Amino acid sequence: MKFTLSWLKDHLDTKASLDEIAAKLSAIGLEVESIEDPAAKLGAFTIARVLEAKPHPNADRLKVVQVETAKGKSPVEVVCGAPNAKAGMVGVFAPLGTFVPGTGITLEKRPVRGVVSNGMLVSERELELSDEHEGIIELAPEMSDHVGERYIDVMGLADPVIEVGLTPNRPDCTGVRGIARDLAAAGMGKLKPERKIGKVEGTYDCPIPIKLEFTKETADACPVFAGRYVRGVKNGPSPAWMQNRLRAVGLRPINALVDVTNYISQDRGRPLHVYDADKLQGTVHARLGKPGETFLGLDGKDYEVDDTMCVIADDNGPLGFGGVIGGEDTGSTDETTNVLIECAYFDPLRTAATGRKTGLVTDARYRFERGVDPASVEPGLDLATDMIVTLTGGQPSKAKVAGRAPVKKRVIGFDFDRVAKLTGLKLKDTEIKGILERLGCTLEAKGKTVKVTVPTWRPDVHGSADLVEEVVRIAGLDRVPSTPLPRTFGIARAVLTERQRRARRARRMLGARGLVEAITWSFVRRSDAQLFGGGADALELDNPISSEMSSMRPSLLPGLLTAVQRNRNRGFADAALFELGQAYRGDSPEDQYLAASGVRSGTAKLMGSGRHWDGAAGEVDVFDVKADVFAVIAALGLDPNKAQITRDAPAWFHPGRSGTLRLGPKVVLAHFGEFHPETLRTLDVAPPAVGFEIFLDALPPEKRKSRAKAPLDAADLLPVRRDFAFVLDRSVAAGDVMRAAAGADRALIQDVSVFDVFAGGSLAEEGKKSLAIEVTLQPTVETLTDNDIDAVAQKVIAAVKKATGGEIRS
Amino acid sequence: MSTKAPSSDLKKLEAELLRDIAGAGDLACLEAVRVAALGKKGRVSEQMAKLGGMAPEERKAFGQEVNEVKGCVSEALEARKNALEGEALTARLGSERADVTLPVRLGPVGDGRIHPVSQVFDECVEIFADMGFAVAEGPDIETDDLNFTKLNIPDEHPARQEHDTFYFRPKADGSRLLLRTHTSPVQIRTMEVQKPPIRIIAPGRVYRCDSDQTHTPMFHQIEALVIDESTHFGHLKWVLEEFCKAFFEVDEVKMRFRASHFPFTEPSAEVDIGAEAIGKPGEWLEILGCGMVHPNVLANCGLDPERYQGFAFGVGLDRMAMLKYGIPDLRAFFSADLRWLRHYGFSVLDVPTLAGGLSS
Repeated sequence: MKFTLSWLKDHLDTKASLDEIAAKLSAIGLEVESIEDPAAKLGAFTIARVLEAKPHPNADRLKVVQVETAKGKSPVEVVCGAPNAKAGMVGVFAPLGTFVPGTGITLEKRPVRGVVSNGMLVSERELELSDEHEGIIELAPEMSDHVGERYIDVMGLADPVIEVGLTPNRPDCTGVRGIARDLAAAGMGKLKPERKIGKVEGTYDCPIPIKLEFTKETADACPVFAGRYVRGVKNGPSPAWMQNRLRAVGLRPINALVDVTNYISQDRGRPLHVYDADKLQGTVHARLGKPGETFLGLDGKDYEVDDTMCVIADDNGPLGFGGVIGGEDTGSTDETTNVLIECAYFDPLRTAATGRKTGLVTDARYRFERGVDPASVEPGLDLATDMIVTLTGGQPSKAKVAGRAPVKKRVIGFDFDRVAKLTGLKLKDTEIKGILERLGCTLEAKGKTVKVTVPTWRPDVHGSADLVEEVVRIAGLDRVPSTPLPRTFGIARAVLTERQRRARRARRMLGARGLVEAITWSFVRRSDAQLFGGGADALELDNPISSEMSSMRPSLLPGLLTAVQRNRNRGFADAALFELGQAYRGDSPEDQYLAASGVRSGTAKLMGSGRHWDGAAGEVDVFDVKADVFAVIAALGLDPNKAQITRDAPAWFHPGRSGTLRLGPKVVLAHFGEFHPETLRTLDVAPPAVGFEIFLDALPPEKRKSRAKAPLDAADLLPVRRDFAFVLDRSVAAGDVMRAAAGADRALIQDVSVFDVFAGGSLAEEGKKSLAIEVTLQPTVETLTDNDIDAVAQKVIAAVKKATGGEIRS
Repeated sequence: MSTKAPSSDLKKLEAELLRDIAGAGDLACLEAVRVAALGKKGRVSEQMAKLGGMAPEERKAFGQEVNEVKGCVSEALEARKNALEGEALTARLGSERADVTLPVRLGPVGDGRIHPVSQVFDECVEIFADMGFAVAEGPDIETDDLNFTKLNIPDEHPARQEHDTFYFRPKADGSRLLLRTHTSPVQIRTMEVQKPPIRIIAPGRVYRCDSDQTHTPMFHQIEALVIDESTHFGHLKWVLEEFCKAFFEVDEVKMRFRASHFPFTEPSAEVDIGAEAIGKPGEWLEILGCGMVHPNVLANCGLDPERYQGFAFGVGLDRMAMLKYGIPDLRAFFSADLRWLRHYGFSVLDVPTLAGGLSS
């Protein structure tokens, strides 16, 4: 919503400065988006008179003119190329040093083909007033009285333009008067009384029938349509003051009839329409559209109509969309002599829907979809009639009103104490009363509660909370005293849930393992989603930003993998990225799960990547990510060695170099492994790349009962270590060997570790491998004798053989 | 027999031995000197052996002298041994040299990074936990009802158009799920299951169908909600003032509350902070929208608006990170560019605490 300062002052009697007004507008919810002061741009340009124009001695198309730039001063010589420059004309002069906005050039004293030009006579385009550049600005001869004065002052262009961003709840402020009312309520002056309107009601009946053709269900589309006929108007340009104001707020002056409707729309937030009555056929009626109907809009485009849209039609068909746009064929022109003025009310929702469907953004829609004051129908018609008759003459008819304006009296029982209760701002009753009254409410005291009647132009005010909002908005939110929120506890309690604590810990652990946290989009390309088990219709966006962001991700891995590749393309092949975030198995809340996932590529191993004098990092492998998974699981309080590792990681992993960490058959804690070459190929990711996905929601809840740690169990006797090497089939899992060895004597065996795996040489040909383990025995009662140790060793050998068929290597 | 002769002989022996000791150039020579002096057949031992054949008186005097010589020689041997060992060590160390300018690997803790959004979220949690706020969560895929209707944004409300909502494909019954456009549905989810008093923050991803220089289709918000029987706008102001001071880690933040409109709050305000808090004096920066929870929203959640009241606000987490840490481009937050993450990301050791400072 744009207006000029002088326009505002038509309605507001104020001594406040532009800055004060702007600050107050923003404070009360009418946020100032821009202030444009034409004086900053055009203040240097003055009225000047051409005294003499002679041909340029060295150029055919140029003239050398003598310009009177101030009364009683000697003329200034200027070189001018305009064909219309001639002696006696009054124009606009720019002295040397002036920045000309239309050309972006600051004028300097320099010769033009040998003659020095001491300034410039300018065109409208050079002042950015229009595209006119055929010649220089030529003002009326009587303007010579103003020679030397500022052009913008003489032409009424010095008016600062203010633009406010209106929130959708404020239809009243789509008119300058509404803004003035708010400012007056907030102490920025006084709202001037309404302009007096002369007698506009004519003596004859409106000759054009007006009808509303709706069913009971759709009657709210246009509940009232008022019209008045004006006979014998003389259309033409509207006066300069009106054109200046319309231009200032970005509207193009058309002719007096159209300009009056635009002016009232801007001035009062009351859209109107004027028809050339001689172009109307039969009855003018408001109705819903019929499929197949079309009309030519004022913007020169054809519009199709459907049966949800409210149209204004005559007997030939639709003329325009009610509340959105009028029709080209029945609009007024300079030849128009008889008009029908329309002033109606259109339903906000239907208007908004029509606007959206057609993509039409018009000043009428802007107002009707917010809710035009339903009580403004007849006053608006009268005001328009008055201005039209004043500017174009003609004899108005009696008003014809079809239907009834949907004016509902809204009365709110209001306890003034609500203001302090809800905002903490204690105001005197008189101040509350004054604010509400200045906003247009009428108050009637009834005991402790006051009955507040809301003005018809405020459809957004329904209850006492709305009134509180009005009061503090106008009184000023800066006056609300900042009040400490009482503490719930003396010392703050921990607030995070177990899941939140786990997420935090997992994130820090992954960071501590050298992975860099990324945040990638929650949506991925559908084919990528499908590659990771997703891509269901239910998780497909209807209106994605692009096809690369259309499917809710089934896993964090596709986003991380493509991110790894992007980094590789930038020259960083060794990337270790992780993300902690949500992914989606379906569209219900419980289908959303929290994962901590990571990808390592190139040589991005735990201790660093790339070549190094102390040993180059090798390529990443499955054990790097197994370690990541185990570290996180351990950090979350679960012993990963107590979980099972199975070989059934999903298909996007390498079938032989991946694993699943699970608690029993149902609970999957994590997957890890090398990615399947096909997965990498499809995503265009260069190998090697390994990854993991940890399902944080799958971890069982912690069962800790006490903060106290279990007592330390440190034996006094020295542990004994024995090494065993077994020859096994290659397919035997090291985990099985370790489990068998550990189970050989649970009382004595404290630990089993693998210190060598060898599958080369002759073993390879036999399909065998050698696995060497170290078994730690921890005596608790007395030192072990050689016999004791031998007995345990035999049990270990027997247990491993039984479990895996492995033979001790001699 | 004269007693003088042996004495002068012994002095001579002592002097010779001490000269030999001083002259021993290495530990092997010194050992040879020791054997020659104190060994079984050494010269001092030989003198000791004479004692057996002496008269008691002579033995006493001679014994004393020989013992003195022996003690003196032993001491000198020990001293010389220490000196030679010291020299040997110095010589060895002189030949042992590492090039300490060779680079070392810092290890994983130095390589890892925490994303600025996670870090700033942890900072916010730290601040709000101190004021008694719990952390609530809700799903990204929401219903129209929770994202709009219950928040007092009915069908066809103009505010719905401003939200640039991502919708899923319509279901058979015509209903359509959407990606939440703000974290405010978590307010509803919380109020529907929890009786006041309520103090929560709700962080999370939100989505708008919008992408340009300053907008991304996904970003992060943190929502706060307080509901009880007495919390008013003055409390809201205080909480925001305290939050901004704590978050930007400054003693004073200039704040400006401008009346505004949101369907789910009333009164509503937009809040600007004086940009001197981030080292840019003279500017105002809009940081959040807030207000008292609209009575319709309370009623929609089954709470009596005559009895309960409270405030809500929503802040952009990404934006707060940008403001605090001088990060220029929102789009880079989600590009997973290692150069950006390493530069703007945080060490895992930077765990924000109120006691130690939110940023270290």
